[in-house]
Amino acid sequence: MQILIIILQIAVLLAIVLLHVAYVTYFERKIIGHMQVRMGPMLVGWHGLLQPIADGIKSFFKEDIIPEQADKPLFMAAPVICLVTMLASLAVLPFAKGWALADINIGLLFIFAMSSLASYGVILAGWASNSKYTFLGGLRSMAQVISYEIPMGMSLIGVMMLAGSLNLTEIVEAQGTSLFSIYLFPQIIGFFVFFVAMLAETNRVPFDLPEAETELVSGYITEYSGMRYAMFFMAEYIGMMVMASIGTVCFLGGWNGPFAIPFFPPFWFILKVYGFLFLFIWIRATLPRYRYDQLMALGWKLLIPLSLLNVVLTGLFKILAN
Amino acid sequence: MFNQILFLYCALVIISTGLLAVRFKNPVYSVLSVLVLFFHMAGLYLILNAEFLAAIQVIVYAGAILVLYLFVMFLVNLRQELKVERFIASHRVSAITSAALGICLLAIIPSFKLGAKGAYPVERIQQLTHTKAMGFELYSTFILPFEIAGLILLIAVIGGLVLARKEREEGCNPGTDTCEVKK
Repeated sequence: MQILIIILQIAVLLAIVLLHVAYVTYFERKIIGHMQVRMGPMLVGWHGLLQPIADGIKSFFKEDIIPEQADKPLFMAAPVICLVTMLASLAVLPFAKGWALADINIGLLFIFAMSSLASYGVILAGWASNSKYTFLGGLRSMAQVISYEIPMGMSLIGVMMLAGSLNLTEIVEAQGTSLFSIYLFPQIIGFFVFFVAMLAETNRVPFDLPEAETELVSGYITEYSGMRYAMFFMAEYIGMMVMASIGTVCFLGGWNGPFAIPFFPPFWFILKVYGFLFLFIWIRATLPRYRYDQLMALGWKLLIPLSLLNVVLTGLFKILAN
Repeated sequence: MFNQILFLYCALVIISTGLLAVRFKNPVYSVLSVLVLFFHMAGLYLILNAEFLAAIQVIVYAGAILVLYLFVMFLVNLRQELKVERFIASHRVSAITSAALGICLLAIIPSFKLGAKGAYPVERIQQLTHTKAMGFELYSTFILPFEIAGLILLIAVIGGLVLARKEREEGCNPGTDTCEVKK
């Protein structure tokens, strides 16, 4: 009976998240459209509201092409690895008090583990397709993920030190309910490093070198079509949502807001996550792409020293405060 | 009961993927079977209530070290490697050696005894959480070995930097492509 309830909860969470993913793509096209003085999708439904559903149906019925020279089992497994690892990290996110599927002690580490495994999907897709463009895209993504995972993890060490826990619910509760006790202010360096590393981890502009369309066609997903392509697409957007949720939980006080909303506790959480997603899209509409050596220099020479400095400063303040 | 079944499953998968890692001809497949092995090792840690170790196992070994292995694999020309029939000529000698080693390991099993319980039985770790228990021990009882390990790693990092550093010609702006690298 208990297992049935858990399965039902997982199904509901999956359905809601996938629906959000569909409409985040709509959100993105509309916002970028308006920023570039266009209308965005307008034809399917009122102001194009049914566009994501039409896209979903289209990619579902498209032909699934596997290149002849591809490594077939790995080619088929790669998008599944990407999507499954991203979905697995949803399990530990606390959307409101007590609204986490698995409230485990090492929630933050679990998400790091899953996001580092998602890079296997990208790497294997790049290698198994057996094409120059996908291979270069895979190699770039590999180097990028390895370099940016370090500042990402280290930027959150300050938060772990302040909260004294790795459990996401406890991190939110340690921040208190008022606006001025959230970790954004004491951890402003950590937040800056986290935000840049978050953009790089999710392969978004200005760090979207693995799928730079001007040089690599479409990077590691060049050879994919139909549903497998859609799986990569979904994994990317779920990754954005998971990273935005981590930012919300660790720096913006999670589900706590100025006043409690009756009947719908995750309201503030979702609002903050959408704030992050808007920032992602805004940056995409505004900034040009980094060059590869600039990307590496930024990661190793700026972000890692900054995050180390943040750890030292946080430790010092903690000793002085006691 | 559930724990025993889980242990049996993890142990069987670890042994079989370990064998597969050696037997696969395609090195990328070998690396991937090692990835599955690391996952089940993390599962073993979870059975032992060592959740911090399990997470670190996946993050460090699966997420970083194996990715570097894959990086090296991709730089090797796999097409030629796959045509090689066997890497070592004396296949029979290696089979006999590994069988003898296996028998030795099996012979050791009966002498295995459960040790006395330490300061951290399961209940205490569950109450304290594994991360905290490990942190306390690492920074109090085992502080000297911890510092020594840190120093060794620092030396390795400095050594890596010295080896990878390129000597540049004088009067040339580092970071531009026109710089000639001294041999």
